[in-house]
Amino acid sequence: MVFNKNNYAPGTHPDLPPPPGTVGVVGWFKNNLFSSLSNSILTLLSLYLLYLLIEGGLSWFVVDAVVDANDKPGCRKIADGACWAVIVKRFDQFIYGFYPLAERWRIDASFCLLFVAAAPLLYPDIKFRKYMLIFSCLYPFIAFILIKGGLFNLLMIETNLFGGAMLTLIIGVTSIACSLPLGILLALGRQSRLKLVKVISVCFIEFMRGVPLITLLFVASTMLNYFLPPGTNFNLLIRVIIMMTFFSAAYIAEVIRGGIQAIPKGQYEAADAIGLTYWQTTRFITLPQALKISIPGIVNTFIGLYKDTTLVVIIGLLDPLGIGRAALADTKWNGLSTETYLFVAVIFFVSCFAMSRYSLWLEKKLSTEHN
Amino acid sequence: MNKKIKEYVIKINEMHKWFGSFHVLKNINLEVGQGERIVICGPSGSGKSTLIRCINRLEVHQQGHISVNGIELSGDLKNLEAIRSDVGMVFQSFNLFPHLSVLENCTLAPIWVRKMPKRDADELAMEYLERVKIPEQAQKFPGQLSGGQQQRVAIARALCMKPKIMLFDEPTSALDPEMIKEVLDTMIELAETGMTMLVVTHEMGFAKKVADRVIFMDEGEIIEQNTPKLFFTKPSSDRTKLFLSQILNH
Repeated sequence: MVFNKNNYAPGTHPDLPPPPGTVGVVGWFKNNLFSSLSNSILTLLSLYLLYLLIEGGLSWFVVDAVVDANDKPGCRKIADGACWAVIVKRFDQFIYGFYPLAERWRIDASFCLLFVAAAPLLYPDIKFRKYMLIFSCLYPFIAFILIKGGLFNLLMIETNLFGGAMLTLIIGVTSIACSLPLGILLALGRQSRLKLVKVISVCFIEFMRGVPLITLLFVASTMLNYFLPPGTNFNLLIRVIIMMTFFSAAYIAEVIRGGIQAIPKGQYEAADAIGLTYWQTTRFITLPQALKISIPGIVNTFIGLYKDTTLVVIIGLLDPLGIGRAALADTKWNGLSTETYLFVAVIFFVSCFAMSRYSLWLEKKLSTEHN
Repeated sequence: MNKKIKEYVIKINEMHKWFGSFHVLKNINLEVGQGERIVICGPSGSGKSTLIRCINRLEVHQQGHISVNGIELSGDLKNLEAIRSDVGMVFQSFNLFPHLSVLENCTLAPIWVRKMPKRDADELAMEYLERVKIPEQAQKFPGQLSGGQQQRVAIARALCMKPKIMLFDEPTSALDPEMIKEVLDTMIELAETGMTMLVVTHEMGFAKKVADRVIFMDEGEIIEQNTPKLFFTKPSSDRTKLFLSQILNH
């Protein structure tokens, strides 16, 4: 039996506010942190652990850290926290590798233009998208000329001077940009009714997935010379990018194939029934839905690829990890592996985290259910 | 000769179809005249859906002939595209494109198959969305509509191609009772415009109201066909009588 005053005639019950303490800030704390005795204990325990971590971490990272010193003993003389001096002194190398100092503006310019070029591709609602897409198409050539030089009075820079975060970006961005279209074609090829196309796609995908990336990189750096006609000087960096692209395209293809197979048969029947051709169906029905379903898998593969670029250190290219190892091998900085590797980790984390957040945003934006 | 082709928009002649070794359609002979409304009924698994899916070649028949608008259905892709753009189809599960808005669902084929300018296609689509009484939903996505609304969008999408024939494959079977009526009303209105319609359905009320002919199928064969009046009052075969008693007396 409820209170008498709340007795409404059937069909006249108004919407009432929820009971106090179930919504708002208080409700949130109650629901998420103190919903039961054991949860309350866990919350307090976590807070204490957090305090210990922050207190200890803060002194090592910030309070006792040294930014300005010429070598490790110099650091230790000042304080015994982190010796960030190794990063500060070699910061340029971490970012640009051995790219000539006077020409580094070219890297900076390419980097800034990259955002302009990527914006219309990443954000479909952007203003003047049509015009910006033209720039996006031109960007690879602009960036190539800017970075490599040899045209328009720009000094030619040998690729063996490339290194650091810039090298990671060049390999990562190029491979990602190339492996998505290639992966889509492979996924479609694998589903194709044309036997030859199907066989080629399956062989390519299975071979690339069945071989470790390191093997492919070794092939790129050494064995390819045996297959190519003698005297051809096929740039090592380009070979690496091609191998990386092939490798991740195979994975992307399988992710997208999963997306394609998740599309109900009725979609194809409806497309057939209104008279769309195979390519129209692929473009307007299959791919938009398959890609949307595959976003988490695609971004997963891209993040994996981006971090796999560190493997190029094995064939002698100096990405941030390689630069870090070189710094550690220097007698002046010997033993500062924590600081160095932490910094390298941050470089990678920033990019990978950005990709991850972008994919979440995109999923939400493309969601067409109940919004 | 020409006159006859004009008169009959669909001609099916001694048509057989197998799924693997299962004989789903047996010796089907059917002629459908311009503007005729045909309701096909029968127990599930009797091949009625397969029959209308053969008419726009969503299913491929193995023997016999089907011609639509005087064009013989064969492996020829040009013929197939011509037929499909003239034959609209509405499915049991709507099959709207979930990533496109209602309006885009309707304009996709006019723009890309009929090569219509986008503005004209938009106008055309709005006209048909008004006819199925949901112009205000044009910018929404299918997932945000009720089943009945989705099915009406599917009807509008098919009509935007200005088809000469409309096929309905159990259009109300996936709907709540409240929504069946709104879809049937749309179909009745369409019938009144003189559209040639082949409807697979269990809605006998619809059959009585608009059908020129009711076809009863069982185990892959056409058992009986007649005007609705005679079909419901004087069925000739025992199989039909049994079927009618089962669906009318529950």
